[in-house]
Amino acid sequence: MSTPTYHRFESIIVGSGGAGLMAALHSSKEVGTAVVSKLYPTRSHTGAAAGGIAAALSNIEDDSWENHAYDTIKGGDFVVDQTPVEILCREAVECIYDLEHMGLPFDRTPDGRISQRRFGGHTRPVPGNPSKREPVMRACHAADRTGHMILQTLYQQCIKQGVQFFDEYHMLDLIMVDGECRGIVAIEIATGRLHVFHAKSVLLATGGFGRMFKVTSNAYALTGDGPAIAYRHGIPLEDMEFYQFHPTGIYRLGILLTEGCRGDGGIMFNGKGERFMETYAPNMKELASRDVCSRSIYQEVQAGRGVNGKDFVYLDIRPETINRFKSSPLHKDGKDVDEHFIESRLSESLELSRTYLGIDPLKEPMPIQPTAHYAMGGTPTDFETRVLRNAAGEVVPGLYAAGESACVSVHGANRLGTNSLVDLVVFGRRAGKAMAQYAKSQDFREIPTDADAPTRKQIDTALAKPRTEPWIRIREELQTVMMDDCGVYRNTEGLARARKKVAELKSRYESTGIQDKGTVFNTGLLEYLELGCLIDLAAATVASAESRKESRGAHSREDFPDRDDVNHFNHTFAMRDGDTGVRIENRPVDVVYIEKDGQKVPKYPLEVRKY
Amino acid sequence: MSDLADPNTGQIRWRDLTLRIKRYDPEKDREPHWQEFKIQAHPMDRVLDVLMKVKWEQDDSIALRKSCAHGICGSDAMRINGQNNLACKLLVQNVKGKTITVEPILGLPVIKDLIVDMKPFFDHYKAVMPFLVNDDPAPTTERLQTPEQRARFDDTTKCILCACCTTACPPFWGNREYVGPAAIVNAHRFIFDSRDQGAGERLDILNDSEGIWRCRTVFNCTSACPRGIQVTQAISEVKRALITGVVDIPEEAEVLS
Ligand SMILES: Cc1cc2nc3c(=O)[nH]c(=O)nc-3n(C[C@H](O)[C@H](O)[C@H](O)COP(=O)(O)OP(=O)(O)OC[C@H]3O[C@@H](n4cnc5c(N)ncnc54)[C@H](O)[C@@H]3O)c2cc1C
Ligand code: SF4
Ligand code: SF4
Ligand code: FES
Repeated sequence: MSTPTYHRFESIIVGSGGAGLMAALHSSKEVGTAVVSKLYPTRSHTGAAAGGIAAALSNIEDDSWENHAYDTIKGGDFVVDQTPVEILCREAVECIYDLEHMGLPFDRTPDGRISQRRFGGHTRPVPGNPSKREPVMRACHAADRTGHMILQTLYQQCIKQGVQFFDEYHMLDLIMVDGECRGIVAIEIATGRLHVFHAKSVLLATGGFGRMFKVTSNAYALTGDGPAIAYRHGIPLEDMEFYQFHPTGIYRLGILLTEGCRGDGGIMFNGKGERFMETYAPNMKELASRDVCSRSIYQEVQAGRGVNGKDFVYLDIRPETINRFKSSPLHKDGKDVDEHFIESRLSESLELSRTYLGIDPLKEPMPIQPTAHYAMGGTPTDFETRVLRNAAGEVVPGLYAAGESACVSVHGANRLGTNSLVDLVVFGRRAGKAMAQYAKSQDFREIPTDADAPTRKQIDTALAKPRTEPWIRIREELQTVMMDDCGVYRNTEGLARARKKVAELKSRYESTGIQDKGTVFNTGLLEYLELGCLIDLAAATVASAESRKESRGAHSREDFPDRDDVNHFNHTFAMRDGDTGVRIENRPVDVVYIEKDGQKVPKYPLEVRKY
Repeated sequence: MSDLADPNTGQIRWRDLTLRIKRYDPEKDREPHWQEFKIQAHPMDRVLDVLMKVKWEQDDSIALRKSCAHGICGSDAMRINGQNNLACKLLVQNVKGKTITVEPILGLPVIKDLIVDMKPFFDHYKAVMPFLVNDDPAPTTERLQTPEQRARFDDTTKCILCACCTTACPPFWGNREYVGPAAIVNAHRFIFDSRDQGAGERLDILNDSEGIWRCRTVFNCTSACPRGIQVTQAISEVKRALITGVVDIPEEAEVLS
């Protein structure tokens, strides 16, 4: 076959979502940098984020980065690395001002400052009664299009700075030599040509992998290519069992209705018209954290109390409902909500419902079900975003990861709303700086002349194989078994079933091929290769879930309903073992200590996570 | 398949459809040609779902772009029954008749099937300096902006660069050098931002012979925009700024001074 095109850049960034673009802005200030992305940058799923980005600016209510850190650790049910969390919450403030200076059109307070609102799990000590906590306005927002604005603003700045892009180039392999990363191999989608990118530092910022599940808020492109390809090179996957299901996905489609719907007073009802959250979270009700709400919906459905006995419940944001329950923040000031208020606060959600359900939420409730939303786990890194090779914490020289595909780990067992966008900008920036610094200190190391050979072979095999069955069937079965047996609830039998099923699907996958044999925009080939990534990540997810015999955050084991800090206060590292096996190692949680009465004590002591 | 049933009655309301796709494979075809597929769809399916179903079940060589599947990424602009739209934003129940005809958006070179070369489109976008220009030293916190000033350019911040507008514009069909409505929308986004200092330069760029004056105010762009942006209004505000030399932005309120 034809020889690949060769490129050389000090720094290569794979992925052009918030994490990749932030890194590109910082890396390209110092060294030759290129961004490789399978989508046009503005198509990245960061653009779908609605609710907001957290930072303790104290623009409306007094707040501090320490409050934010405490909430993040508690929200993650404590298996959260505390040094990176402190970095996240401290640097968040600076990063928000940075974004504003870049032109991000944040909503404003009457005095012209960045406006902030409440979001689930973000609190502060009650002034005058510090043993209690109350919700705090910490989420900075630009209408309900915050992610769209972040993505646009960062891309605009990249244009201004002349960052070089390889748009619609799909990474298929990492070039690893002697345990170091020295570049990537990518296919130019428009021509089918392979390109070798020789580099000193490589960043994986390929986003999440919600497409592993049947119902998801994630884009088609979110297939976990970065973590899966690294995994095949022996790089671990951290905390894969922690996968967040968002309670309010549009029934059947999984499209997200923002948490803001409940923040502004929306109520959830079961098929009998009962406000079931009163039973599961008497205090916070609909504002309990995402994992709690998702489990509650699941239990209602299991008990036959879904609407019409089916697998969905209602989310009701009609003004008369909100006023009946006095559930809006306005009711604190003795005011009622009206249609105009709902329309102005939740316009995107109203439009989604009108378009995809044909339902006007001002007149009727919306059918919802939990939707696979966010991967807390991913490729492990230290707080300089350097990828870890093992649970002992040794790094892979030249390889970095940031954004949803990485696990630093600041989200632990459950991410708080608005904490992903801030993770992207804080650790994307750190990645860009660290990569540039490393590249400046190194010479280019040699790569093999046939660095693209494994990729060539992978493609040729896929094209040569007969199509013994439509590969889509394999994907559908994968998504179904992961949703049913490795979803909101897990147990020993279900996980064993999932493990066997995933292994069966892997062998069926390997024996079937595709119809399209062309080179130009062979999207059939690319989807087929993406499915291979999902299968490998699913195997690691199931093995990690089997190894964690406790319930914590988003990981709920019916057979181990309690948190077990004695045996499981640690991170899970899934390592590839042979072609299909998975080996599990554990890594201790990074705990920050302080001096108290002459003694070293944990700054964030373990506590029961209740809302 | 019970999950496709009507949530209220439990009945599945299948519809028999013909999907008519304009196909072109540069490696095989000299000319584009039409191909028809028979398919059962649910009225609540998106046109994108129908396309993907055909691709996955009948012919995986059909090429189209897609990602978010809910109208926010701008990938899947195409001509559906003669009108530009995002395939993920149009439901089967809102398509008239029993045939869905899809073809690539007009005015950009077709690469394969429904995929066009977006480079000319993005080049026009990049040409209007679509980024904030402000050379004053940045304060330690945010630059101030009143809610009224922020609202002044809210509409044009919604753009997802899908190209539905530009490829619905007759002057653009006739002349690919015309900068096109999407680029003007993105220039508007900054020209009317109180924090920006690049309005003069952007207006000069749009005053060029391939610039804003090619617009004949046909309104196709506004009705094509899946984000509901008042494209023609944005264009006329930019034209007015060019004619009068005044960019009208709400005054800073006293609170900010
Ligand atoms: C509907 C929705 C709403 C959300 N709302 C919020 C919110 O309000 N607040 C919040 O904090 N978080 C929110 N999140 C989460 C947050 O948006 C995501 O976690 C975050 O945007 C991920 O950003 P990223 O940069 O890691 O990846 P993405 O933005 O997903 O980008 C991934 C990039 O990788 C590229 N890529 C992938 N594979 C390859 C490959 N093989 N080769 C080349 N390129 C590749 C893609 O082209 C893309 O550019 C939301 C998520 C969803 C789905
Ligand atoms: S109003 Fe102007 S830009 Fe819009 S379609 Fe008509 S001619 Fe084109
Ligand atoms: S203005 Fe509307 S139609 Fe035009 S590119 Fe932007 S979102 Fe698409
Ligand atoms: S797939 Fe994203 S806009 Fe249609």
